[in-house]
Formats: sequence, structure tokens, C-alpha cells
Amino acid sequence: MVLSCTDVRKTFGSAVVLDGLSLDVGEHEVVALIGASGSGKSTLLRCVNLLAEIDDGVIRLDGEDITDPRVDPDSVRQKIGLVFQSYNLFPHMTVLDNITLAPVRVHKRAATAAREQAMEWLDRVGLADKAGSYPDKLSGGQQQRVAIVRALVNSPRLLLLDEVTSALDPELVGEVLTMIRDLKGEGMTMVLATHEMGFARQVADRVAFLDQGRVLEQGPPAQVLGDPVEPRTRQFLARIIEAGRL
Amino acid sequence: MTTPLHTVSAVQQDRIAFRRRSAVRSVLLAAFSTAVVGTLLGVLVTGAPGWDRVRQSFFDPRIAVDWLPEILQGLWLNVRMLVFCALAALALGLLIAVLRTLRGPVFFPVRALATLYTYSFRGLPLIIVIYLMAFGIPGLRLQGTPSVTVLGGAAIVITYGAYLAEVFRAGIESVHPSQVAAARSLGLSYRQSMRFVVLPQAVRRVAPPLLNDTVALQKDVGLISLAGPIDAIRAAQIGVAQTANFTPYVVAGVLFVLLALPLIGITDWVTLRAARRQAGGE
Ligand SMILES: Nc1ncnc2c1ncn2[C@@H]1O[C@H](COP(=O)(O)OP(=O)(O)O)[C@@H](O)[C@H]1O
Ligand SMILES: [Mg+2]
Repeated sequence: MVLSCTDVRKTFGSAVVLDGLSLDVGEHEVVALIGASGSGKSTLLRCVNLLAEIDDGVIRLDGEDITDPRVDPDSVRQKIGLVFQSYNLFPHMTVLDNITLAPVRVHKRAATAAREQAMEWLDRVGLADKAGSYPDKLSGGQQQRVAIVRALVNSPRLLLLDEVTSALDPELVGEVLTMIRDLKGEGMTMVLATHEMGFARQVADRVAFLDQGRVLEQGPPAQVLGDPVEPRTRQFLARIIEAGRL
Repeated sequence: MTTPLHTVSAVQQDRIAFRRRSAVRSVLLAAFSTAVVGTLLGVLVTGAPGWDRVRQSFFDPRIAVDWLPEILQGLWLNVRMLVFCALAALALGLLIAVLRTLRGPVFFPVRALATLYTYSFRGLPLIIVIYLMAFGIPGLRLQGTPSVTVLGGAAIVITYGAYLAEVFRAGIESVHPSQVAAARSLGLSYRQSMRFVVLPQAVRRVAPPLLNDTVALQKDVGLISLAGPIDAIRAAQIGVAQTANFTPYVVAGVLFVLLALPLIGITDWVTLRAARRQAGGE
């Protein structure tokens, strides 16, 4: 298992957001997290990346307990990429500097090598001409693709994607989804929180439905999205269909 | 975008002509009102009953020329103090601001001291700090006590450091937490996130108020004359005492304004640029 969450509990004050959640993700596997807004998808991803501290349970990365307080969180985060809904590019840096910051400062790579690698990636995703631009000169879809590249140049073991298309105009969603589909083709292990049920169906090996702080139901996309066992999953999907997002 | 072949429509030509007429009218109006106000002020001051005496005791050209060299020599001290104090106060302010952002119980004493410092020195008048430092510390009769000039400079640095720390802190707090989250998620340590992500954005945002405080500092550097060193103001004071005429003060004042002009200009330029960037342009 690349990622293994066991009985994870996370509270904010009196609100219990994750309540004994368990989820495993195997090598090269792509797991789609679905669930109502506020069901804890972002919180789970932040806990896995150690941006938030869990209140109970264990999270393991390649078998190592990363929630042990003796583990250095910086070294764990170096192995996990996280891409945010709101891109969170650094506005005072060019696209190229955004991408090379971690390789140079964290992984101590030579600046020229890091720049070459960044340019290769930008070329691949069709943004080579934007290398010297500042983020505010890019469209949302372009910014999000840069954010994904920024996470990928660190060669993470695991890539976490938090509703990476939710802030995008509909016509820009496709370019980001294509990029994620390509990553799956290369065997990247991914957990993606998403509202795009159609995309989850296409790209995910497994869909996990979060409800009341737990994974209520999980399985192949066709089963969970097409013929769910749990009544609450059915309710959720019915609401999504009503909203015209399936 | 207009193509080269685009012919401006009659409506648009009308608009352009109207805007041009309005622009000419406002320039004329501004010139006229400036002339009126200037003339009125001139008549009011030079026509005042005491004008001749004021001119003799404040604007005596001979005394101005006589004392200019001494005052300029004093000003050189102010310039050196300004550069040193401004840099030191900026560094101190940045350090204190960063210390105040540290979280966790281990840093409680550091945080508490930094907070106490900014609270007390923003409330304490600079003159009192200068007196305490420049006369109090030598009073201890310790070995190697620095000169009064250095102590006076230290008083300015300590006082302005407290103001600048608050400006830096406001800048740091204005950077959205998601920026730190993004930096940490890439594996950057807290220090690296501060250095490469938070501080560059924070400093850019508060550059106008920082420069503004530096202009205020450059003026207050003159207060060290109270402690004794012969700066421009002290030199002027000696001149006033010897000639029984206030002209040396006016000379010093004019020199201070001239000294401040470049910095004020830079401040305005930076502020304008920041405002434009805020508005969405570049
Ligand atoms: N920092 C926080 N402080 C307090 N409550 C929070 C915080 N972050 C998230 N929450 C709460 O946790 C719940 C789950 O949020 P989130 O993980 O963002 O859900 P999702 O991503 O599935 O929409 C929500 O009720 C939200 O209000
Ligand atoms: Mg969310």
C-alpha cells in the first residue's frame, strides 16, 4: 500500500469531521473521493499531507507511520504532492520560478538542471511560452496546470488533487482533466477529491463515498456511481444528477 | 484593438473633441486659480506691518552664505546617521515582526518580549529615549561606552524599529494562509516558506508605508542635536546664538527638505505603482 489511513479522527472544536475513517490506496491506483460539500474531503487530504494534525488513528505512507510525532513533517511532504482548488501559485514569482522553487531549495538540485526539467514539463503541457509570465497573466486552466507541474517536479510518491477543476470555467476543465488522465497513464498514484462524476468514472480505479466522517461505500466506479448499495450514496448521486453534473 | 484600416466614427470623433476641449479648459482654470492664490499670499505676507523685521531676522542672505558651510558639514552627519539608522531600523523591525509570528509554547518568551518591545517603544516619545540613552548610559561609567552620537543613533533605531515592526507584521498577516500551505506542501520548511514566499509578498505590499516611516525617520535624525553632536540643526543653533539672527535655522530647514525630496519622490512612485498593481494593471 502506498497510502493507508486507519481509524482517522479529526475534529474542529466540537465538530467531528473525520470519524474513524479508513482508506487504502495501492501502487498506481487512482482513488476518487466523492461526497457532499463539507463531508471532509479537503480535510482528509490536508491530514494526509500533514498540514492538519489528526486527533486519532494512523496514516501510513509506504508502511511508515507519518502521523508519529517523531517523524519530520517536511520530509513527508516532500514525498506527497498536493494541488489545491484555488491553485495557490506564488504571485510574486514567474511560472518557472514557481516550479523550480522546491527542486532547488528543498531537493537541492542545481538551478540549471531544475530549470531544464521544468521547461520539459511546461513543453509537455503546452505552456512553454508562459515560463517567464507571472501567474496573474494566465487563465485559470493554465494556472492549475502549472500548479500540477509544480507538484510533479518533486517526483512525489503520491499526488493529492483537491477539486482541481472546481474553480475553472467549464471550457477550461478539459485541459486539466486531460493532464490528469495522462498522469494515470504513467502510473502516478493519486487521490482526487472531485465533483466531476463523469471524470471519476473514466479515470478512477476506485470511487470512495465520504459520509459522516467515514468512507461509507467504495468500489469500482461503475458500481458505486451506477448501482450504489447504500441509500445515502443514492441520495447524494440523485442530488448530483438533479444539479446536472453527472 | 483597432485595425489599421479602422476609420473613427463621427460619434467617437465628437467624444475625442469634447474630451480635448474639457482638458484645455481645466488646465486654464488651474493656472488662473494658482496665480490668484499666489498673488494674494504674496501681498498678504510682504504687506504685513512686521514684514521688514521678519525678513531681516529670518532671510538675511549674508548670514545664510556665511553659515552654509558649517551647516552643510553638520548635515553630512545627518546623512550618515540617516543611512545607518534607516537600514538598522528596517532590519530590527523585520526581525521583531518575524519573531512575533512564531507559534508554539517554546517561543512564548521570545514572542512576549517582542510584543512588549513594540508596545512600549511606540508609546515612548523619541526625545525621552534619546535623553535616556545619550545621558543615562554614559552615566553608568562602564568601560567602552560608545559615543553620544552612536547612543543617539541607537535611540532612533530602537524607536523606529518598533514602528517598522508593526508595518512588517501587517504585511506578513496580509499574505493569505493558503500561500503558506502551498509552500509547506512542497516540502519547504517554515523558515523557507517565510523567506521565499511570505516575506517577499509582505514587503512588496507594505513598501509605501515603510518608505513613509523612513521619511519621518530622516527628519527625526535632527533630534540627536539635543544630545550634543554637531549636526545640521546644532550647527544652525550655534549660528543663531552668534548672530542673534534666525536665518541659519531657515537654511537648515531648507537643506532638510532638499534631503528628503528624493526619498519622498521614491515613496510616491512606489505608492503609485502599488496602487496600479492593485487596480489590476502592471
Ligand atoms: N480550519 C477549520 N476550522 C474549522 N472548521 C473547519 C476547518 N476546515 C474545515 N472545517 C470544517 O470541516 C468540515 C469539512 O470541510 P472540508 O474538508 O473542507 O469539506 P469538503 O472538502 O468535503 O467540502 C466543514 O464542516 C468545515 O466547515
Ligand atoms: Mg473541499
